[in-house]
Amino acid sequence: MYQYDQYDQSMVDARVEEFRDQVKRRLAGQMTEDRFKPLRLMNGLYLQLHAYMLRVAVPYGTLSSRQMRMLGHVARKYDRGYGHFTTRQNLQFNWIKLEDAPDILAELATVEMHAIQTSGNCIRNISSDQFAGAAADEVTDPRPWAELLRQWSTFHPEFTYLPRKFKIAVIAAAEDRAAMRLHDIGIELLKKDGVLGAKIFVGGGMGRTPMISHEIRDFVTADELLSYLEACLRVYNRYGRRDNIYKARIKILLHELGPDEYRRQVEEEFAQVKTLGIDPPVAELERISAFFAPPAFESGLSEDLDRSDPDFAVWLDQNVKPHKQAGYAIVNISLKPVGGIPGDASADQIDVMADLGERYSFDELRVTHAQNIVLPHVRKADLYAVWQALTEAGLAEANLDLISDIIACPGLDYCSLANARSIPLAQKIAERFRDLDRQRDLGELKLKISGCINACGHHHAGHIGILGVDKKGKENYQLSLGGSGAEDVSLAKITGPGFDEDGVVDAIERVTDRFVQVREPGERFLDTYRRVGFETFKEAIYG
Amino acid sequence: MKLLTGNDLVTGDVTWWTGNGWSRHVEDAADVGDLGEAIAKAEEGARRVNVPYVIDAVATPEGPRPAHIKDRIRALGPTVRPDLTLKPADPDAGSWVI
Repeated sequence: MYQYDQYDQSMVDARVEEFRDQVKRRLAGQMTEDRFKPLRLMNGLYLQLHAYMLRVAVPYGTLSSRQMRMLGHVARKYDRGYGHFTTRQNLQFNWIKLEDAPDILAELATVEMHAIQTSGNCIRNISSDQFAGAAADEVTDPRPWAELLRQWSTFHPEFTYLPRKFKIAVIAAAEDRAAMRLHDIGIELLKKDGVLGAKIFVGGGMGRTPMISHEIRDFVTADELLSYLEACLRVYNRYGRRDNIYKARIKILLHELGPDEYRRQVEEEFAQVKTLGIDPPVAELERISAFFAPPAFESGLSEDLDRSDPDFAVWLDQNVKPHKQAGYAIVNISLKPVGGIPGDASADQIDVMADLGERYSFDELRVTHAQNIVLPHVRKADLYAVWQALTEAGLAEANLDLISDIIACPGLDYCSLANARSIPLAQKIAERFRDLDRQRDLGELKLKISGCINACGHHHAGHIGILGVDKKGKENYQLSLGGSGAEDVSLAKITGPGFDEDGVVDAIERVTDRFVQVREPGERFLDTYRRVGFETFKEAIYG
Repeated sequence: MKLLTGNDLVTGDVTWWTGNGWSRHVEDAADVGDLGEAIAKAEEGARRVNVPYVIDAVATPEGPRPAHIKDRIRALGPTVRPDLTLKPADPDAGSWVI
């Protein structure tokens, strides 16, 4: 894992003290809320329905056990004993006191963490593949590049006041586990004739105007990647709309200019930018990459697993994924127990995961955009012990990528922007499909719920997506089908009139019942949907 | 009726104007009539509340009930964590929201 150098640490420490002074002045009445709000947001501090909320950055979703343990400590000492893992691979604390915020940030800084650029019209936390460094299908480890982008984008003087927030994802495998095509910029690292470079996609996003990104360049060599991204951002910063918040994202600029004209302008800018020396020297890239060297894997380990415990066997099949190193596996910890709150973990559970990461996964954990946790490097021989510990902590739900592995935003239970509650609906759906055999029979089925049009719950990318709306003061839920955030990216299509909470659960069951009727062997829900078409399912829903 | 609500500057807690101060409990809230904006301005200036605003509510025998679900959830707490609401001992408290 990357470790701060003196520059990283001094910048974060200085920011904490700056914010401490700003909070002090706010509490002393020397600053109005109007002046203070943009300052607190730059430090990840929102004011939500019930309290201040602090969003802590988890760069590219990677955490050490020490950092994870700190999150548990903050949850216990300053919050109400839990945290919420988000679709941006971050963590949110829901019950923060303003007067405590500087102390929290100071404690986070001791483990190289912060909340900088988790809000505001700047480049947000870089997201990446949660299996980075462990996946068998990756061309290279994307984390050194994500770290390079983190350093480039942090306090970038030109890009601190962009027209709107800006999200970047970087992956290095054919399987897209980071919803890369639904980001403002998506970077797919790949090799061409043995040379490492990247395919660049621009203009994707969810929110009120969902769009799939356009391929803007089929290959830029890695040694010019930063210059190319700088050019992409410069064109956006110059021409992105600042007069209308709803048309300010880069996807709208791409839509209005057209990808060809945007590409032309970027290439023109790139020709100029690459003469400026922005790209790091080879030695700096090597310095960063060295932090992500593979851990000291043992060789000659057994591949054998004792599957005699049936519950363990189910968990193995559902939540454990192949590792590139023989004798190792990737463990997915579901934060979606039936009846639980998607993405929430108690301080005690956070400690358990930190301990397991330290003991069994070379001190590494990952946060996924699906609001789960990953132990990336576990010896197969240790899987049973890990599963037992997870079971004891209520963390062994064997439902990865099944219908109860629901992405849900905090919704109206916590969020001041929401129009409807997301979490109770997720709980009702999970309860309806509680039977794990039935879930596994349905197979991969990604259900995603957003409580408002801002789409933090990624409903546009759900095989089944649900959007909560306010209908004359009542919560109402719009159902959509056919979305995907993976390499087979697509946007879900709205089925028709919305439902109340119970109605939408019934409608989903009609969809899954129809799927069972019409599927062919081996098909996922999404495959069947694409084969038989929208109308078959619409008819099942509305008759 | 009209209620004045906001968040405590220091803690962020939801607060309700009672007529002579602030309470965390919506049951204590007073009808501010047309005076909401003026009270809000004075109280915000004195740093006794943050981001105050006026809402519609209905008078009931149990006390004021905010007209919009968002403010009812603010008044109670998250419906999915009854233990963290202002009525942790009342398992049916969430039904008041809906």
